[in-house]
Amino acid sequence: MTGEEILKMTAAELGRKIKTGELSSEQVTAAYIDAIKAEDGKYNSYITVCDDAAAQAKEIDEKIRSGELTGPLAGVPIAVKDNICTKGILTTCASRMLSNFVPPYDATVVKKLKDAGMVILGKTNMDEFAMGSTTETSYFGPTVNPCGTNKVPGGSSGGSAASVAADLAPISLGSDTGGSIRQPASFCGVTGLKPTYGTVSRYGLVAFASSLDQIGPIGKSAEDCALLYDIICGEDTKDQSSVSYDGVNVENVTGFDVSGKKIGIPEEYFGEGIDEDVKARVMEAVKSFEAKGAVVETFKMPIMEYAIPTYYIIACAEACSNLSRYDGVKYGYRPEGVDNLMDLYIKSRSEGFGMEVKRRIMLGNFVLSSGYYDAYYNKALQAKALIKKAFDEAFEKYDVVIGPVAPTTALTAGESLSDPLKMYLGDICTVLINIVGIPAVSVPCGNDKNGMPVGMQIIGKHYDEETILGFAANYQRG
Amino acid sequence: MEITAELVEYLEKLGRIRLSEDEKDRTQSELASILGYIDKLGELDTTGVEPLSHAIGHVNVMREDEVTNGDMQEQILANSAETKDGAILVPKTVE
Repeated sequence: MTGEEILKMTAAELGRKIKTGELSSEQVTAAYIDAIKAEDGKYNSYITVCDDAAAQAKEIDEKIRSGELTGPLAGVPIAVKDNICTKGILTTCASRMLSNFVPPYDATVVKKLKDAGMVILGKTNMDEFAMGSTTETSYFGPTVNPCGTNKVPGGSSGGSAASVAADLAPISLGSDTGGSIRQPASFCGVTGLKPTYGTVSRYGLVAFASSLDQIGPIGKSAEDCALLYDIICGEDTKDQSSVSYDGVNVENVTGFDVSGKKIGIPEEYFGEGIDEDVKARVMEAVKSFEAKGAVVETFKMPIMEYAIPTYYIIACAEACSNLSRYDGVKYGYRPEGVDNLMDLYIKSRSEGFGMEVKRRIMLGNFVLSSGYYDAYYNKALQAKALIKKAFDEAFEKYDVVIGPVAPTTALTAGESLSDPLKMYLGDICTVLINIVGIPAVSVPCGNDKNGMPVGMQIIGKHYDEETILGFAANYQRG
Repeated sequence: MEITAELVEYLEKLGRIRLSEDEKDRTQSELASILGYIDKLGELDTTGVEPLSHAIGHVNVMREDEVTNGDMQEQILANSAETKDGAILVPKTVE
């Protein structure tokens, strides 16, 4: 089998061929490392490439041969977003602040990847501290969209999505606080799952907004996402917000039947500001479910109008608190020539953080500050209660809710950097899901008139990943 | 909500951040446009709505206070810019 054939396969196919001995993990890993070396100069999807990948693969091959490793993705390589801690491997969060940080421990998800026999290829590029929707705020330079080189890959998990789209990783891990898995998956034409809050441990994920952050898979198919999700999910004593959860049955996902299932279409997801091509492609996908016997109904979700204000208040409030730990003392960037401790804090933070991170810290401090707390932060938590109620009511009637992932396809590079509000408004379709903590999957559903991918978002009830991934797999089966 | 230069300075102080003059001006107008949009939330009627902090509804998850990490002093100190005798060095805090 040639390197090129290997790079085109899904993670599930690679796993099956490694299991039967048709391929070895060493062979597959070598194909990917060669491809990264040859091609990633164009995309900048990786910040760090693991130089021990071949050695990891060799060890895993032995364990597969001896029967110690039998899982469906044993031997398959994976790329990991650079805000997920990897023991002994640089974890930068795409920030100058953590540009020299080598974690002394593995995140729980990374430990689970290793236990499942997956090979870590490297750490992927992202928006600094996951704050951004374009992967242009990275201290290590922007990532380029493999589907159109003058386009952004989306963000913040832009490197994780681009590496899969460019065949520089068969599958990857991203993190999603307000759309950071789903939107780049949509922009790059790959599949991405934002799981139910609490089903995947956040231990070792560099915190941005702790009540919204969730790690999830990005892959070439819904089956791949289901397989990886099943590996990384589960309760963890090291993350008190994690919940007891059994995972998904991958056969139920791949064999899912949509007939008789009820789909809700929120009118607001197809309203003003949503690109016509995006609306058309998503509705065509919905029609294909209808043709297979699903029942489609539209409904109103007026609370969507308040999605962005609610999200940015909560996310920035939590971010300013979480990022107060970066003081130049214990780890991270520390400037030369400081006079006193306060000077050390201020210089470390002013030189270590980029502008988008500073902006969100300041916004967060504003909404939490004395005199404004009730009008902003508390009000946002009340809005959150109303948003949850709106989804609870929708899921009394529907099995899934479907809309676009983003109002547009991938933006042209440089377009949104000069106007942060414009960038924030692009998150309109994704942020509600994080506020409520429910799962959603981003599925490619055709292209716009310029040939850029459109993503459909399939949203489900808490813990009902099997249904949304089932819909996604059913669509991909054709 | 009017964003003044004084408010920007106050937020710099709260966040232990120092902006350049250019950045201050930019931040003032950007915060004004972002908060101008966020203020929309004021229109939403939330009378009698209980604020919701956690969508999943977890409370007080307890565990035994046991050390499970092992000794990692060397790896942890390796991430600090300056260390001495197994401790992290910072500028003088008391004159």
